[in-house]
Amino acid sequence: MTMFWMIVAMGAVTYIPRLLPLVMLETEHWPAWAKRMLQRVPYAVLGALIFPGILAVHDNVWFPIISGGAAVILAYLGAPLIVVVGGAIGVLGIMQMFFL
Amino acid sequence: MGVTVVNSDQENQVGSFQKGLLDGLSIAIGYMPVAVTFGLIAGSTGLTVAEAVLMSILVFAGAAQYMALSMIALGTGAIEIVLATFIVNLRHLLMSASINERAEKGDRKLRALYAFGMTDEVFAVTSTKNKPIKAYYIIGVAAIAYVSWVGFTAVGFYMGSFLPLIVQESMAIALYGLFIALLIPSIKKEGKMVLILASLGAIFHSVFALFLSTGWSIMFATILAVVLYDWVEHLLGIKNKEEDRDEEERGQASCQ
Repeated sequence: MTMFWMIVAMGAVTYIPRLLPLVMLETEHWPAWAKRMLQRVPYAVLGALIFPGILAVHDNVWFPIISGGAAVILAYLGAPLIVVVGGAIGVLGIMQMFFL
Repeated sequence: MGVTVVNSDQENQVGSFQKGLLDGLSIAIGYMPVAVTFGLIAGSTGLTVAEAVLMSILVFAGAAQYMALSMIALGTGAIEIVLATFIVNLRHLLMSASINERAEKGDRKLRALYAFGMTDEVFAVTSTKNKPIKAYYIIGVAAIAYVSWVGFTAVGFYMGSFLPLIVQESMAIALYGLFIALLIPSIKKEGKMVLILASLGAIFHSVFALFLSTGWSIMFATILAVVLYDWVEHLLGIKNKEEDRDEEERGQASCQ
């Protein structure tokens, strides 16, 4: 039940920022710094989400570092999202099979 | 006479909606693997299929949903997850604000409807249209993206149980693979700015994680990274020209 209400609340806090400017707020004269900072939030979030959490994936920290590195290379080469994710899973799987 | 006007209006609305569906098809295809992966990871995180699909139905925000999964997996509290969702999705204020200036003025109920679908990708597709953007066009784009997102969440969830155990165990890295897959193209496109912001986020999270729970730690790391970057930029006297901001907006639109 907690999970249900958490999801409902997540929906509400996602909808409100999408809704407000369209039905209420006059947004033309927002200060530039506010716009700038909000635009940059996703990048800072991604960094925080990746590290240090990725190190906790396996007891041996080199496993996630190497599979994460594979993901970086695949993404850098322009591989589609599912290939990057699949590549990271594949590399971790192979390491678990051979080096446990 | 009045009837004719209503009919041509309706035809207009149907036409805009259909055009929206067509333009939204690329988003629907793009969401497919992301939603399948979300469903898959949700299953391995311990969510029921109803919870996973409900999250896609009510939230409809890729980054926030993935973030919630990683926080659930780490045993984070519900309030922290909701607050983090709020912070991550605050950026949509900007997108709705920008659409607000470009869309046709009209029925508030329609605006309230398409506001729900204002993801990064829906924004990217609709905001490139000439003013005034038709409300039914935006609804069309959002509708097909939404159907794909919700539908493939369920597909992904059931795919999980067919996978061999070793693959399921290796799924723990999938979330991080996805974040990397979202971040690297932004770095390639936007350069140092994204790399520095992401590094600051990572460093501050590592420090805050020593004495705070994951949810708060991610939130404060994000805010501090963005504020510090802006402050240093100001100290160095870097001007923020209008063109730079426009460029950032375009890059931002492709990062969900």
